[in-house]
Amino acid sequence: MNLQPATLQKIDEVITHYPVKRSATLPLLHLIQEDIGYLPERTEEWVAAKLSLEPINVYEVITFYPMFRRKPIGRRHIKVCRTLSCALVGGYKTCAQFEQEFNTHRGEVSPDGEVTIDFVECLASCGTAPVVLIDDDLHEKVDCAKAKALSAKIKAEAGARKQESGIQNQTQH
Amino acid sequence: MPAPQQRRIIFAHIDEPGYTNDLPCYLKHGGYEVLKKAVTRPPQELIDEVKKSGLRGRGGAGFPCGVKWGLVDRKSGKPIYLIVNADESEPGTFKDRYIMHQDPHQLIEGTMISCFANNVKQAYIYIRGEMPHGARILEQALAEARAAGFVGQNICGTNYSCDIFVHRGAGAYICGEETGLIESLEGKRANPRIKPPYFPAVLGLYQCPTIVNNVETLCHVKYIVEHGGDAFTKIGTPNNTGTRIFCVSGHVQRPGYYEFEAGKITMGELLNEVCGGPLPGRKFKAVIPGGSSAKIMRFGERYKGKRKVGADMVDYDWGVEDVPMDFDSLGMIGTMGGSGGVIVMDDTVNMVEALANINAFYSHESCGQCTPCREGSLWMKKITTRMVHGEARTEDAALLKSVADQIPGRTICAFGEACSWPTQSFIAKFGDEFKGYAEAKKTAQPAAHELV
Repeated sequence: MNLQPATLQKIDEVITHYPVKRSATLPLLHLIQEDIGYLPERTEEWVAAKLSLEPINVYEVITFYPMFRRKPIGRRHIKVCRTLSCALVGGYKTCAQFEQEFNTHRGEVSPDGEVTIDFVECLASCGTAPVVLIDDDLHEKVDCAKAKALSAKIKAEAGARKQESGIQNQTQH
Repeated sequence: MPAPQQRRIIFAHIDEPGYTNDLPCYLKHGGYEVLKKAVTRPPQELIDEVKKSGLRGRGGAGFPCGVKWGLVDRKSGKPIYLIVNADESEPGTFKDRYIMHQDPHQLIEGTMISCFANNVKQAYIYIRGEMPHGARILEQALAEARAAGFVGQNICGTNYSCDIFVHRGAGAYICGEETGLIESLEGKRANPRIKPPYFPAVLGLYQCPTIVNNVETLCHVKYIVEHGGDAFTKIGTPNNTGTRIFCVSGHVQRPGYYEFEAGKITMGELLNEVCGGPLPGRKFKAVIPGGSSAKIMRFGERYKGKRKVGADMVDYDWGVEDVPMDFDSLGMIGTMGGSGGVIVMDDTVNMVEALANINAFYSHESCGQCTPCREGSLWMKKITTRMVHGEARTEDAALLKSVADQIPGRTICAFGEACSWPTQSFIAKFGDEFKGYAEAKKTAQPAAHELV
């Protein structure tokens, strides 16, 4: 597993938080996913070895919790709340708006690779519904207009990044 | 009569301009003074104050906190653990989010006082995975508190030591159930444990005695230790002491969080006056009073019976608007105060579609351990989704009820109840809408908002 030194350091630190090493399973999976973007093949073997477990002990945890994923996703992760309080004030429309903006369907990586849109269950911010979690940031009262504005911002950032890397490529050649 | 004023004891500083979530700001507002005094008192005295206060758990069940602490096995010689339940996963609930993001030291102080009172050696804050900023804020606050001697080794210069670590969940609702949470913290699937024998107070985390308390509950402990158990009983109503934070969402003019003395405000005052009433041109149709698993109330229905007021039994005859917002009154009329999540639906909502949304949630979140819950929640979802997107049949109401009726009491944990109560109560109160849905659907206006 190709992890950054900072991640490895955090992994060793977090294991000390628990009298029983197995408890560090979720924290380790979070750290690996944050570093690599998903949980690649052989994650269960690597974590199991680190925590003196059997790979099946880790595998059953990965498959239980909705936040863990086995495949890469888009550069940004847009999670739209699907549950009742958000749906009552337009959560489904918000999700459809994002899908339209990025020409994709929920659960898939957009054709340009910029985003993955997912419907998720309650994000515990029902008073400011509909809510959307983009990577780590919560966005409140996201109606269609706000979904458009957020999408435009993501697209602009993507454009700027592509331009920058284009310039770098030119200077390298 | 105007609605009573909010009484903010837990949310005293939430949204206060200039109030920040760092230690210097907390200290400036008298932070950690209660802990400093608490560690000079005999622990049993603190437990007695909490018992005297009548504090009931704010996570959903309303179980008396002092009784919970009293059940802890202190003779086994094993270490005692405390877990802060910060999973906040019941749909409609969003109070703990603000405490953790804006006033994390209040939670840490309440937690440390509770740890000292119960001779806890190690505590964990189990925060839901969808709050990454919340987890970082808590970690930062813990680091500050540790450096200042309020958490960790030799707390406030005494020989009492106890550390607190943050543990992140990963998106599973069932981790709010205390034994599921314990399994999750042990690094496993969050399959709840069977009780008996696995009462956390005796066989909890690592098979040691364990206390699991909600975020808001622990903040109340801090208030109780500061002001005394007796003073706390003067807030609220008998057996429903202290304040409650109501999280109002859905179809009202001003959704949000409001802290009131328990039982001192009615549903009508909360929705009409505090939250500004229904949206323009709409009428209230139904409300779920305590998180999405609580049984639904239908506007226009009456609740009649006898209740205890002081030493007397008094007749009551309430409409939805008249019901006092406390554990006992809501329990008496057949629903529950639960986690304080009030979800409001107006006359644009079709109840079949609303139930389909709720059923999709519970079906997604069932841990899958017990067959009645795993299969039942899935079938309730399939039936209601088919009704909305496919063919609806008049006999679906009876079919849904028969599935729902076979789940509660037949599962390891209360999720069985949580997933069947919505279906049972929606059918009981809006049965006509379910029976007539096939016909109504043919001529229906396009729904205001798609729900499933």
